[in-house]
Amino acid sequence: MMDVSVVGALRFWYRNLLVFRKVFAFTVPENFLEPVLYLLALGFGLGAYLREVQGLPYVAFVATGLAASAAMFGATFECTYNAYVQFTYNRSYDAVVTTPLSAEDVALGEVLWGATRSVLFGTAYLTVVALFGAVRSPWAVALPGVFFVGGVVFSAVALSFTAVTPSIDLFPYYFALWITPMFMFSGIFFPLEGLPGWVQTVAWFTPLVHMVRATRALALGDPSAALGEALWLVGAAALLLPAPLLLLRRRLVQ
Amino acid sequence: MWRVLRIFRHVAVVVARDLVKRFGAVTAVDGVSFTVRPGECYGFLGPNGAGKTTLMRMICCTARPTAGVLQVFGLDVRRQARDIKRRLGVVHQGVTLDEALTVRENLLVYARYFGIQGQQARRRTEELLVFAELEARAEERVPKLSGGMQRRLMIARALLADPELLVLDEPTTGLDPQARHAVWDRLRHLRRRGVTQIITTHYMEEAEQLCDRVAVVDRGRIVVEGAPRELVQRYVGREVVEVQAADGVARIVAERIGALAEGCEVVGDRVLLHTRDGEELVHRVRSLGLPLESVSLRRATLEDVFLRLTGRRLRE
Repeated sequence: MMDVSVVGALRFWYRNLLVFRKVFAFTVPENFLEPVLYLLALGFGLGAYLREVQGLPYVAFVATGLAASAAMFGATFECTYNAYVQFTYNRSYDAVVTTPLSAEDVALGEVLWGATRSVLFGTAYLTVVALFGAVRSPWAVALPGVFFVGGVVFSAVALSFTAVTPSIDLFPYYFALWITPMFMFSGIFFPLEGLPGWVQTVAWFTPLVHMVRATRALALGDPSAALGEALWLVGAAALLLPAPLLLLRRRLVQ
Repeated sequence: MWRVLRIFRHVAVVVARDLVKRFGAVTAVDGVSFTVRPGECYGFLGPNGAGKTTLMRMICCTARPTAGVLQVFGLDVRRQARDIKRRLGVVHQGVTLDEALTVRENLLVYARYFGIQGQQARRRTEELLVFAELEARAEERVPKLSGGMQRRLMIARALLADPELLVLDEPTTGLDPQARHAVWDRLRHLRRRGVTQIITTHYMEEAEQLCDRVAVVDRGRIVVEGAPRELVQRYVGREVVEVQAADGVARIVAERIGALAEGCEVVGDRVLLHTRDGEELVHRVRSLGLPLESVSLRRATLEDVFLRLTGRRLRE
């Protein structure tokens, strides 16, 4: 039933790249400046009282976690607001599906683009925090790969929501009930180990906690700890990827 | 006989047989059959909500038929969408341009969707910018163009891959008369070059100007099909006398004068009389001394055909 072509998806991906090159400057505040502010406020403000967490300087602990969240936001903004505007107000998706591209190609291209943004913002952020001594191992070169796979997961979930949401007004719920709780309870600002067991269990089923752990492990040189987390993300990506393809098809092809 | 049929099947660009499309309980297209021949301009004429856009969407493979047969280039829309869409140029209803991109980028990016890249894409883009008379606006973003320019760009975009069939859904709705004529000029130009076209419209004038054949559509069905002039001749005659009656007496007037003409329709306060000799009829109506505000003579149009066959106007 599914009609998907990777070549078609990459053609749509290229369209997004072209647009991104123009609007790049406007994406910096939400995707880049914000995590830098969190780092300055918490890493240094709170870090002045809290010297070490799990044997790490607090600023390094927070910085690695925030790199993972920067990657998450990069993918999420793309596959929520940007995608929604394109297929409702701008209607350019309606045009694309009458070219040889299928609705599934468009969805896959969009997910791959979200994942690309995840890599761009995660890596850019990581480069900045390296200046604060948060990157201590050459294993960090594997991180763009982690951001990409994690980006596929976040994009797939976001685009699935976008494909079924009846209104742009529902996106605040997506953020308040899904993105923000993950942001708070994925071990970015404090280790989850101090929380009740059930919280940790719930957290295990969400993607950000695994991306945070993988990021921290690779940045600090513990590849074996990163492996399990990366595998979780790969499994989730494979499992979730068909959802946005099928849902966007339902929305675009009557 | 068999050979003729085979050739006919081979050369038909679109063949629909008993085509049905339902959305839940609503039947948008209700058992429609038609054939579009190579090189002709075929029009679907009907009011909003008649099912025209749904028909177009099915031809473009973005709506799946509920029942019946629909073949484009002899291919099945349900199973061979990609192969059909490769050979199709589509001008959608409304504006579906990429607003984030410039005029030139819109063409370059769209070309890529068809697998046209590099030198070939650039050459084709420049040709079409000339065709659409948009060379001077090539670096501007889409929202800065006027409605007419946007429509010309959409037509240019539809031509990127040299389509065998051009599908246009209400190509001039919302345009001023000047922009509308500019679009018509381009469509006629393409028609002369042998590009098969299917258009939907609720402007009878547009259908008469552009279409070799039209299908008059109402409530999901084709009411009648044929060449515009021939349909007018067959169902209305040559001329129409429009009689504007005084308030509230149109029906009574119609009873008095209806028998003088070959056909008679009442629309609000107006009585429309179908005839072959308008001058004579105008004279006779005037001589009756009825409470009339005006009597005028005009050429019969497809609008009159539609009214005659459905009892409704095309544009309410």
